[in-house]
Amino acid sequence: MQNNNPISQLIKILNALPGIGGRSARRIALHLITNNNTGLLQLSDSLKNIHENIKKCEICNNIDTISPCTICSSEKRDKKTICVIADVMDLWAIERSSSYKGLYHILGGILSAIDGVGPDDLSIDRLVNRIKSEEVTEVILALSATVDGQSTAHYITDKLSEFKELKITRLAHGMPIGGELDYLDDGTIITAFKSRLSI
Amino acid sequence: MEEWQDTGIILSARMHGENGAIVSILTKEHGRHLGYFNGARSKKNRALIEQGTIVNCQWKARISDSLGSWKLEEIKTIASLLMDNPLKLAALQSACSLCDAALPEREGHSGLYHGLSAMFDMFDSEIWQASYIFWELAFLKELGFGLELTKCAAGGTGKLIYVSPKSGRAVSKEKGKPYKDKMLKLPEFLQPDKTAPDDKQILEALEMTRYFLENWAFAQHSHGIPEARLIFQQRFAKHID
Repeated sequence: MQNNNPISQLIKILNALPGIGGRSARRIALHLITNNNTGLLQLSDSLKNIHENIKKCEICNNIDTISPCTICSSEKRDKKTICVIADVMDLWAIERSSSYKGLYHILGGILSAIDGVGPDDLSIDRLVNRIKSEEVTEVILALSATVDGQSTAHYITDKLSEFKELKITRLAHGMPIGGELDYLDDGTIITAFKSRLSI
Repeated sequence: MEEWQDTGIILSARMHGENGAIVSILTKEHGRHLGYFNGARSKKNRALIEQGTIVNCQWKARISDSLGSWKLEEIKTIASLLMDNPLKLAALQSACSLCDAALPEREGHSGLYHGLSAMFDMFDSEIWQASYIFWELAFLKELGFGLELTKCAAGGTGKLIYVSPKSGRAVSKEKGKPYKDKMLKLPEFLQPDKTAPDDKQILEALEMTRYFLENWAFAQHSHGIPEARLIFQQRFAKHID
């Protein structure tokens, strides 16, 4: 098949997506083409729609079709709590669990020496401004339990230390649901013991 | 087929592709070595490639010049013990980033490996900050920038309170007086008649070693001194305030 052939181009584009190899890309392309073209049309409409309407929320950095996003503009949300997360995937994960009803702040990554991400590359200053201008009483740092994630959390804690009345919390570390002790790594067991609760 | 086995300390991991990572390890016998680690993002292996983890590593490549691949097995986790302590976590990141940025690849530095490992062991003690400073001095020496802090560079016999920024040698109070504005301060606990350090002295020592790291060890590096080292010093200064 020639490289400038539209089918080849479609396969190439699909192949560039995360988690899709050459074989999967060919299968998806064939499925879209042979499925009476409806799948292909729906997909192209959906992609066009997204391309034209997607916006970054001016408050929390979430992606949505409106700005401020649905979460920031919702009246049902607890406006006094902000959950700080690294990226939109984390927001989707928390929203899936339906366990949190407050607002979010997406940093756009975490501090990383190897990837050259410094404090200026993250929206930490905007978080500080939000806390200054909104009536926030609690900030939840929901960052990954890695060295980089926790050092970002400590950096933000330092930055927010000027707000004496503000409660700063982080997510618990420890045993996952369904986790068997025998299969856990040493670090998780150590952290779980350190964070144990009385029952 | 090239293959060897060693123990090492994870210095950094750069995600590569969807499932793997290029992992930099300071090994006991083979120095700082890179390799591809397949499955780095799996639940099982994610904690393994955190900075500071001590691992059993097996490196394999078709020819010795290739990047090669790692097989890793955890011996001891360090980072998870320090997650709640911002200062110790910053010190760990600083030490690993310094090694990762400054050490040439595939050049044995077993002394530095043992020094780093011993410094990690000291995180449990109350003098871990001093042990960090001594490790940085050893690190500078290993790179060929050793400081001479036991006798006066100008031949003075009095108390040593300065360090010359030019030679990296200690200078006594009377000999250094005319140049005192240009001199770096030698913290008391690094003077020959050592005393137990307090936080202020540790910060002075961090300022002193930073000068030599910046102007000697990292002078020719395009990225300069690693950000993690600067953050550690800033955090320490804030901790004293």
